[in-house]
Amino acid sequence: MTQDLLLELDHVTMRFGGLKAVADLSLQVGRGELVGLIGPNGAGKTTVFNLITGVYAPTVGRILFQGRAIHGLKPHVIAHRGITRTFQNIRLFGSRCCRDNVCIAAHQHATAGLLDAVLRTSRFARDERDMMRQADELLEVMGLTAWADVRAADLPYGQQRRLEIARALAGRPELLLLDEPAAGLNPQESDHLMALINDIQHRFRVTVLLIEHDMRVVMGICRRIAVLDYGIKIAEGTPQQIRTDPKVIEAYLGEEVPADLGADA
Amino acid sequence: MMRLVRAVLVVGVLLALNRLLPSFLNPYYMRVLMLCGISVILAVSLNLINGFTGQFSIGHAGFMAVGAYVSAVFSLHLGAGWMRSLAALGLPESMAQGATLLAALLIGGAAAAVAGYLVGLPSLRLRGDYLAIVTLGFGEIIRVLITNIDAVGAARGLPGIPGWANFFWVGLWVVVVVLVSMRLARSTHGRALFAIRDDEVAAEALGVDTTSYKVLAFVLGSFFAGIAGGLFAHYNAYLHPNSFTFLKSIEVIAMVVLGGTGSVTGAILAAIVLTILPEALRSAQELRMVIYSLMLIVLMITRPQGLLGSRELSWPRFLRRRAAAEGS
Repeated sequence: MTQDLLLELDHVTMRFGGLKAVADLSLQVGRGELVGLIGPNGAGKTTVFNLITGVYAPTVGRILFQGRAIHGLKPHVIAHRGITRTFQNIRLFGSRCCRDNVCIAAHQHATAGLLDAVLRTSRFARDERDMMRQADELLEVMGLTAWADVRAADLPYGQQRRLEIARALAGRPELLLLDEPAAGLNPQESDHLMALINDIQHRFRVTVLLIEHDMRVVMGICRRIAVLDYGIKIAEGTPQQIRTDPKVIEAYLGEEVPADLGADA
Repeated sequence: MMRLVRAVLVVGVLLALNRLLPSFLNPYYMRVLMLCGISVILAVSLNLINGFTGQFSIGHAGFMAVGAYVSAVFSLHLGAGWMRSLAALGLPESMAQGATLLAALLIGGAAAAVAGYLVGLPSLRLRGDYLAIVTLGFGEIIRVLITNIDAVGAARGLPGIPGWANFFWVGLWVVVVVLVSMRLARSTHGRALFAIRDDEVAAEALGVDTTSYKVLAFVLGSFFAGIAGGLFAHYNAYLHPNSFTFLKSIEVIAMVVLGGTGSVTGAILAAIVLTILPEALRSAQELRMVIYSLMLIVLMITRPQGLLGSRELSWPRFLRRRAAAEGS
């Protein structure tokens, strides 16, 4: 890897009682990469995201971000360091409009305090203006301009998925974690989303770590893929290497994916 | 500059109303009006905790009691001294009185805010019904403590509090709590509170310090509850622990829920309705509370989202509606 290292998982293990959800996982993500994390159901992919974002602290091991340890920090502190995420089971702020949803994620960059807000100082006005402008830009990039004033809970499903990404981008992250962004989308929608993710990655110069079930999405846009099975990393490499890896095929055997893998290869 | 003008205008209007109202309204209506004002402060302050942040607190009467008793004790023991020294500085009596009341209210509010901090801190890990139980316990502890502290009159109540709170002071605090709530709601801090209510996990993951904001809501809400308590003490001139039972907390919750959880104007509206309703039903005599409860039930069945839902009444919205209606 020639790029400088952004995220490093160093022999990370996560135990829940007797269950090892993630076992001795080491993974490196370089700045500017778009890395895919795949694996059958229950392989521990989302647990990896929860470890990186501080929802859980690893039982064993270290997680370094930009060379600094982040394991054990609170999730909002990690978000401030520059890692934001989307959720597999969409978690929008349902009662708020789309623009507010995006603004909330920009919250960490606000400088105006509570007193500024109550007294409506010029600093508060500037902050709000900046946040609104950024939110409108992001909504436009994600094709949600028409929905800006609609309550997030009232959005169609596909738009909700895109709003999650817009919201995660509002925190101006270095590293964006996407948890099954194409889940539940039809083929056209997920094609569109792939293009969008590619576009976002270049436009915002953000590094992306992507969990995906839809093989077409992962194979299409990721240069490097890591495969988890029962919490263990069984393979890592380019899409070509992954496609032909016997361990990966074995892990997926019995699911619909191997056929898909063969067909694409 | 505009701001200063507006502030002076508000104070002027309140002072004028304070002078004029007693000549229009008989003492009974005046009393209902004052109680409405105090209810509005309570409902809007609880709305910060229950409505904005979604933390189900049923100990609001406890915070009110802390504010009421602390400010009353201040006025009873130090009030006369303050008045004298302020008068010695050349302040006219009414202003010396106002300044002393303000000090008493702020000290009461600060004490309630400290109580809110202490309750808010351990309850951070709790949510929903568990938090409700903790706050319920807190409210009861406060009431039982007061009932047993002889220095504040214990179960006999605390008489002789100077009756300084007039329409002006209640009106002023109503304006302050509503302004703070509204402006908070339309700021990044308010959005952070709403985010916590809607999805705490997502809020935290997107960089909102949920712990601090939950405590902040508690502290701010209890501060204003304490102010309402202080106003009540200095209006009623007499305090009794039975004014701060668990039923009082429920009454305030009813206001917030009826108004539409999270809506400031809804809380104001519901606080006024729920204060006037029992008074208006006095002619029904023994059926009064039955009718009152029935009306609440019917309202909640027909409008489960509350009177205003999560919306706010606002002039621009009203005018837009009118324009749209005329256009069609």
